[in-house]
This record gives sequence, C-alpha cells and structure tokens, in this order.
Amino acid sequence: MTVNGNKPKFAMYWAASCGGCEIAVLNIHEKILDVDANFDVVFWPVAMDAKYKDVEAMEDGSILLTLFNGGIRNDENEHIAKLLRRKSKILVAFGSCASEGCIPGLANLSPVGEIVHTAFNTITTDNPNEIYPRVSFDVPEGELRIPKIEKVLRPLDLVVDVDYYMPGCPPESHQIAAVVDLVIKVVKGEAELPPKGSVIGAGDSTVCDECPRARNVKIIKEFKRIQDIAPVDPTLCLLEQGIPCNGPATRSGCNARCPGVGAQCIGCYGPAEGVMDYGARLITAFSSVIDATEPEEIDRILDGIPDPTGQVYRFNLAGSLLKANREAWKVK
Amino acid sequence: MTEKIGVYVCHCGSNIAGVVDVEDVAKWAAEKLGRQGVIVARDYKFMCSSLGQELIEKDIKELGLTRVVVAACSPHLHEKTFRIAAQNAGLNPYLVELASIREQVSWVHTDKAVATAKSKAVVSGAVSRVIENTPLEEIKVPINPNTLVVGGGIAGIQSALEIANAGFHVYLVEREPSIGGHMAQFDKTFPTLDCSACILTPRMVEAGTHPNITLLTWSEVVNVAGYVGNFNVTIKKKARFINEELCTGCGICQEKCPKKVIDDVYEAGLGYRKAVYTPFAQAVPNYPVMDKENCTYFEKGTCKACEKFCPTNAIDFNQQDQLLNVEVGNIILATGYDLFDARRVSNYGYGRLPNVFTSLEFERLSNAAGPTTGNIVLRDGKTVPKSVGIIHCVGSRDRNFNNYCSVICCMQGLKFAHLVHERTGATVYNFYIDMRTAYKAYDEFYQRVLEEGTLFVRGKVAEVTDAARYSNEKGKLIIQTEDTLAGKQRRIPVDMVILSSGLQPRHDAKEVGKMFGISCSTDGWFTEKHPKLDPVATMTEGIYIVGCAQGPKDIPSSVAQGAAASARVLDKILQKEVALEPVKATVNKEMCSGCRICNGLCPFNAIAFLADDNVSEINPALCQGCGTCVAACPAGAISGTGFSNEQIIAQIDGLLMRNLEPVEA
Amino acid sequence: MTDQFEPTIIGFTCNWCSYRASDLAGTARMKYAPNVRLIRLMCSGRLDPTFVLRALSGGADGVMITGCHPGECHYIEQNYKALRRFLLLRRVLAGLGIEPERVKLVWASAAEGARFAAETTAFVEEIRKLGPLNWGKVSDELSEISEPVHEEVAA
Repeated sequence: MTVNGNKPKFAMYWAASCGGCEIAVLNIHEKILDVDANFDVVFWPVAMDAKYKDVEAMEDGSILLTLFNGGIRNDENEHIAKLLRRKSKILVAFGSCASEGCIPGLANLSPVGEIVHTAFNTITTDNPNEIYPRVSFDVPEGELRIPKIEKVLRPLDLVVDVDYYMPGCPPESHQIAAVVDLVIKVVKGEAELPPKGSVIGAGDSTVCDECPRARNVKIIKEFKRIQDIAPVDPTLCLLEQGIPCNGPATRSGCNARCPGVGAQCIGCYGPAEGVMDYGARLITAFSSVIDATEPEEIDRILDGIPDPTGQVYRFNLAGSLLKANREAWKVK
Repeated sequence: MTEKIGVYVCHCGSNIAGVVDVEDVAKWAAEKLGRQGVIVARDYKFMCSSLGQELIEKDIKELGLTRVVVAACSPHLHEKTFRIAAQNAGLNPYLVELASIREQVSWVHTDKAVATAKSKAVVSGAVSRVIENTPLEEIKVPINPNTLVVGGGIAGIQSALEIANAGFHVYLVEREPSIGGHMAQFDKTFPTLDCSACILTPRMVEAGTHPNITLLTWSEVVNVAGYVGNFNVTIKKKARFINEELCTGCGICQEKCPKKVIDDVYEAGLGYRKAVYTPFAQAVPNYPVMDKENCTYFEKGTCKACEKFCPTNAIDFNQQDQLLNVEVGNIILATGYDLFDARRVSNYGYGRLPNVFTSLEFERLSNAAGPTTGNIVLRDGKTVPKSVGIIHCVGSRDRNFNNYCSVICCMQGLKFAHLVHERTGATVYNFYIDMRTAYKAYDEFYQRVLEEGTLFVRGKVAEVTDAARYSNEKGKLIIQTEDTLAGKQRRIPVDMVILSSGLQPRHDAKEVGKMFGISCSTDGWFTEKHPKLDPVATMTEGIYIVGCAQGPKDIPSSVAQGAAASARVLDKILQKEVALEPVKATVNKEMCSGCRICNGLCPFNAIAFLADDNVSEINPALCQGCGTCVAACPAGAISGTGFSNEQIIAQIDGLLMRNLEPVEA
Repeated sequence: MTDQFEPTIIGFTCNWCSYRASDLAGTARMKYAPNVRLIRLMCSGRLDPTFVLRALSGGADGVMITGCHPGECHYIEQNYKALRRFLLLRRVLAGLGIEPERVKLVWASAAEGARFAAETTAFVEEIRKLGPLNWGKVSDELSEISEPVHEEVAA
C-alpha cells in the first residue's frame, strides 16, 4: 500500500446511534496519537468541523479507512452511508448499531407513527395541539428540511456494501486499538487485511469461551430474572441458575465482561461466526435446557422470559432474518 | 457455476405423467435452473428401470455431471437405486438427491397445472440442495458375533436356537422364572390339537442345555447402550435366593414350604403355588425361585423350612440382585403380549359373575397338568357345565377398547368349543362377529366344530347377566345378544361363559421400546421397518422384533418370525462388519466454547465433554444422525453431514423459487 | 383455479414418521391441498428455528413442523426438544407481529397418512384465513444495496 508520502485518510461517522462508539474510540487512550500520527483525519463530525460538500468533493476511493457507527434510520443516514461508501476503500460497520441495528433497531418493533408519537406526545412532552415535526417547511429564506425518517432502521450492510464488521456496544477499547494497529501495519506493508466481510476486533467463538464460571450439563425448571435470585452463585454458569444469559450464542471478544461481574450477557457482540440468525440460536439454547415434556409445563417455564423477542433480539433485531415487526413494514 | 447438474424426471408409467406434465418440468428445469448449474434435464418412462439408470450413468460419464437430481418416487423407495447407479458411474452416491413428485405430488393432487407447478418447486428445491451436498463415505463398524434375545417364549426360543445352532453365542433373557411363555400355559394348540407342552418342552430343554446359549431367567434388561454391532447391555439378574450351583431341582423345598400362594401368573389365579416354587413341572431351568413378597422368613424372620430340608444347602437367603454386562452385536426382542383384561368389558361380568372365565383360565382348566387336572368345571370346582357360551372378540375389533383383530381368538374360541364338547358333552354356543379362520387347515377345523354340533350365533353380545327373567334362566348366566342372521335379539341361558379375550401389547412395551430405541405403533405394538417387506427389522439398525411383540399372531407365525430375524442376524454376523449411514454430527472445536448446552440432548450418549480442552466432542459411532444437537448449538459450532444447514437453507430457498428468474404463474 | 389466495407453505417432516405418513397418504391416493412443499429432516429435533425464519422471510405464508408422536420418537425423545423450541419460537414470532398460528406443529406416525393429509388441508385453510404474510417481498425491497465502489486496496 503506497501512499505517495501522504498519510492515508481516515473518516468516522455517527448515524443512528448513541455516541458511545465515538467515546470508545477516544477510550483507546494514547493509541489515539497513533491514529493521528499515521492517518490524516479528513472527516469526523463529532471531533472536528467538516461539511458534507467537502466529502462530496473528494475523489472516489480516496479515504482509506472509514469507521461508520450507527444504523440507517433516515434519508440523511442513507445518503452519507452511500457517500462514504463511494469515497472509502475500507468501510467498517463499527459497533453493534451499524453491524446489526442494536438498541435503535428495537424501534423496528413499532411503526414509525408510533415512534414519532411517543417522542413528541407522551407524558414527558406536553403537546396538546399535536404538533409534529415536518420534513419540509417553507420560510422566507427558502425551504427548511430535516431528514425523513424511514420505515425501519437498517444495518449498514443493507444499504451499502460493507468490508468489515466490528461488533460491540460499544466495541471494547482494546479491540479498537488492535484494529487500528493492524491497519497501520497494513499501511506499512507489514500485514495483510483479513478477507472482505470478516468480523474484526472480536473473537470467533462465544462469550462462554471467555467466561470464568463453572459449567455443567444444564437442566432447569424455571427461568428467573437476576434480581429475583438472592444470592446469585458467583462461580456457577448463570444459565444453570435459570438466568437467561445470552452468552452461549454471543460472539467472544469482550472477555465476558458482564457474566464476569455477575450480570447476564445481553448479546451486544452479536452472533458467532457463520450464524444466520442470532435469535434462532438463543431460542434453541434456552429451549434446550428446559426440563419438561408437557406443553403446559414448558409454557409455565417459558413465562419466566417475559419478553422473549427482546431477550433474543435486543441487539440483533434489525440484522435478523425478519428484521422487524410486521407492523413496522405497514406504514407508508 | 462450478457444478454440472443433471435433472431426471420420471413418468413412472402414468403414475406421475398422468397428473404432472413431466416434459414441461424437465424443460423448465433446463431453462430456469441453468443459472444454478443444470446442464441437462430429461424425462423418461421409468427412471428406475435399468435403461433409466443407464441414461443417468451415461450422462455422468459423458457430460461430467457432478450432481444428480431424480424427480420420481419417495426416496424411501429408490434413493438407494439411484445412488448405486451414480456410484457405478464414478460419482459419489451422496451427490444424488431424490425429489419426490409421486407420493408427495401426483398421487395426492388432481389438478394438472397445480401438480406441475408444485413439481417444479420440488425440483427447484432439490437442485438448490444438491449443490450443497458433499461426498460422503459409509462408516464401517465391526459386528460382535454374540446376540441378545429378550423374551423366552416360543418366538424367542426359536430365534435363540437358530443362531445357536449356526454356531454363535446367544444370551436368552427371560423375566419369569422359566422360559416357555404363554405357550407353556396352553393345553392344546389349534388346529391340530397337539398338546402344547409336548411340542414346546423339547425346544425349551434344547435351549436350556445348548452350549451356545446362556440362559438368564428371572432377569431383566435394565440398560442398553451402543449401536448395531456393538451393543452394551446391562441385565439385572434378580435374586432367586437359590444357589444355582448347588440346586439339583429335586423339589423338596417346594414340598416343605408351608406358605400357599395363589398363582396369578401361570395358573391364571385358579391354583396355588408355594412361596418357593417352579412355575410348572417342566420348567427350564428347573431351579425354584423364592417369592420374597410372600415368604414367611422375609416377612417375619422365622421359618426357613426350605433351608432345613434342602439336601444340598442350596437355599441362600442373603443372595443379592446381580448386574451383568454383556456385549452383543444384535438384539432380538421377543417380549410377547399381555392378555386383554376382560374386567374392562364390565357388561360381560368377568370378576363379578363367578362362572365367567377368561381364555387363559380355560386353558388351565382344560390342561391335564392344571388345577383341576383337566376337568372342565365351574368355579365351585366340581359342577360340570351342561351349556357353555363362548364369546369372541372380547376387547378386540371394538372401538371402546382395541380396534385391531387379535388374530388368534376365533381359532381359540373354536378350540374351546371342541374341547368342551369333547370332554363334557355340553351344548356349546359361539358368539362371533366374523369368523376369521384364514390359515392352513384352520377353516377345516371350523367345519369340524360345526359338524360336532356347536351352535354359532353371529352377533355382538350385549351383556352377560345373572338377572333371570324367565324360569329357565334361574341360576344361569344369560347371554343377551343380537342374532344378525335371524334378525332378532336373543337371550341364551348357559352355565358357563368363556371370553375369548384378545391380545394387547405388553403394559411396559413403551418403556422397553424406549430402552432399545424403537417405537410403538398407535396400538402399542413395536413398529417394524416395513409392514410388508421387512416385518422383523426395526428402524433401529441391529434391533429385531419377533412374535407377538410385533403384533398379534399365532404360533406358526411367531416361530417363522423368530427364524426370520435370526437369518437377518446371521447375515450381519457373517458379514463381520456393517456399513453405517454417514449422516453424523461433528463439533468444530475452534468454534465450540464449551457452554455444554448440547451435553444434555443426546439420548445415545454420543456427546462427551472434554474438560481439559473445554470443548464437547461427538463420537461418530454412537451418533445416530438425528441432528438435534446441530440445531441446538447456540454457537453454530456443530454441523451435520447429509442434512447440513447449508443444504436445508438452500432447499427452503429453492422450494420458494428464490433462486430463479421470475416464473410466470 | 379461482382467484382465492393460495398460500405457500413449507413443511418439515421427520424421516421416520411424518415423511412416511406423507408417503402413505400418497400410496393410498389420499387427496390433500397442494400448497405444502416438504423438506425431509432426519428428526423433528433437527429443526433449527432458523429454517422457519428463513421460510417466513423468504415468502412462505406458513410453516408446518411434523414429527413422531410424543413417546414414539425414533430417536427416543428428540421430538420433545422440537416441541420446546417450537413453543419458544412461537412466542418470539408473536413479538414480531407474526400470528403464531402460521407455524403449526403436527404429530403424525408413519401409519397416519390420513391424519397427515387432513392436517395439511386444515392448515392450508387456516393460513388462507390469515391471508398472505408477504414478508419476503417487503424485506427484499429493503435490501437493495447501492452499487458498491470497491477497488482492491493497493498493496
């Protein structure tokens, strides 16, 4: 990779997400200086001023590395995703939102009208005249526009072609640092890029692999919420204690942070390698440990998982095979 | 596209071509599935004929096909045929897929357009799937030459003798103290009226003394592990409290035992035995059994009369149950039947009206070695009946009980009629729905009984009652029945009623089936591999079923089945090894994180957890290929050959026509 | 054919019982609704919920899962595992706005060709009442990806 004496260009963008990914990048501490030393940061709205038209003026493929975080929720997100795709050699779906929809993707359980209504006309927002934002508004100076919300939130790869995925909510800082290191090595010709489409900055088995808790054959008669168990056995697999822990189906790479400190894994690192639908893996994991053969008893045990859809698709709904609730499709 | 796929659509004469436009299906496959790699599609009158197979072989050789789809009948019929054809042409047999357009399309639909469209979808699914197929090799495992036979009735004895006579070792396990089964309780056997004991006991003795047979009576199988060729079976040898090494079978202990017990098993409750007993005189083996439940010593800690009088000190009150482990290659189940409980037909009064007898009770009554030394008498033990009613189909062919015909009860009822007639001269009535006498010399026996003067009433008996309405009914049992030939209701007073009860699956057949990994039909009989062409094998390789365990049947059929299963077993033994289907699950250890969710899912104990590596592992020899763990692995670390995720997903997409250009409706 | 809605249904059968039941329905020439396209698995326990989701998101209006009767599984007890998965899967589907009735579990032994045929026809009618799912069409529209500009990263 020759760069004609110029530093390769770096960009980072924030679409429908909470901003935690940006913080996580800053969280790599002095590694951030390596980024500055090795890259020319050309576009990073949260950290420096930039205009979309500057990006539009760049040559196609002139940005070496773009870390794109956030899902595609509105037409602005979509526009920038397509723009950055054109301008970047390597486009990384950075974090759970861009990779699989994450928490913003849970909005796919509701139709758009309901989402807007909830935001602008609920207990916390006094809106007696039911005034809702309009996409376009004429003022003397001309037309004002705000981005138009789309039917459902989509992960980045449903909108543009993605080179690599970095899971996590947010990606762990040590993983970000490792990826930055790798790209710098590639720039210097000391390493090879992994095959396109790879997940980077994560492991290739599951959270259980890194989890220190002891595991046995699992047979449970009851699912419980973690706060309803006192005390939680600090050394035994949480699922064996009846807590629906998503660890068995969730990709490794976080060092089992949550189960390590006594909270169940909720699945932010997404599915393991080669899995087509994350929720299906959890459905089968949870149903496999139930010790019952009669439908009534199985149902009683399943009642211990109050929100099964949320439980198995908390981070992955928009990236799942079904992508959304049916109601979310219907809205114009 | 790298694969070269050939699609072959069978007419099956008019079986398929009569409802499906097979030419159109072939043409369509060539056009629309070209993108998927279909380079040739043909239709042919009979794909499974040698000419049809040659057609495929020729294309494999000349066109270099790498995958084959045959759209024809159910894979259960001809999958093997086409796989062998592919193999002959040098293509791995597992790269052939059968698309069923006969059983699943042409035979069940009538609209030609609809059936043709569905056939296209089925072919499309098979093409998508076959691309994902991988070449597989059969797994060969050695066959242990020992065989286990469970159940020592006539079917089990026959099986054991056939194999033992061929020079291979057999473990014959029997739950009761002696082998012989139900046949040992019978007096005469229809239609020849041979004495049952006379023909059975030589076989029993032969089995008991055969150098190649290890007889384990008063024993039960408690666990079965392993797979065809290599079963590991745990047998519980219940304590007899008799030292078999020392016992000579002299019978003094039985003579001296002061405790009389009603014999519910062998004597059907009509006679007594002692607390230490052999069930009958010709029992094999001839060692007695101590009945712990009824022995005074076990109850009160005193008595020990048997121990005092035993000349060889063979009584051992401290004997414990033993667990034996045996390794066998094949297992024959000859677990027999239970008699239908006649109490369930409350309107026939059994258990309430003393002179209503079951068929088994009558067998003991008429048996010279039975409680009445063969005298046919009423429950009081002395009165000879002057009129007897025999009711057929008790519990069988009856929607309230069992729907099936129990096969033997008509002949049994005729036999009873003959015996009653012969020994008492009584008037005999047989009440039947249909007379079923459909084997060699059976109908002739029926004619003979007719000629003897037995009266036949065609109709279902409504009830047997002792509530007399007329003077001639006083003190009698009245049979209230429809006479369909005379077209009227009749009341027939008799002294004695015999219920020709039907047969039922063993009460524990389901559990036994589960232990051996075989299933039961809706009626509860063990399910055979094929109802016509393979009535002795089961869906589980290496497990065979014979005699009444498979369904109601008479003695000749039981013997024939016993011998047939042995032929199958000997065939396996002589082959020395068996090829197992290579449909197996494997764990990708790189991806397995040892969550252990799969560990509790395998009924065959094929999944082991390797604690040192923190991964699970599947033993391919134990794996039966069901795929439950493949579907269950939350990490997607387990894959299955033959039914991989890729194959099934591809087939779903293919069936939904998601891999083609849009098809005009 | 009339203009009524003809659902597309994917059916999963077990090699040992329900597929044989469908064979038997064929051999006995029993007629049933043509909307179900069958996939043969070795066991209902092989049924990965992914298959159901793939079928529904790929254009199927319903999915029929069939296996041996409880207690009669060829693999002893794997159909119970299928039952547990099915019950949890239905709950998840309900949360996604898919009528749980679109996925049906039918036990049919190898001897129950008539039952297989009747259950299939009944299921097609149930789905016909529910109407098209149309999931595949909508999600396809969503998945249009703009033309990527992707050059090899020069080494």
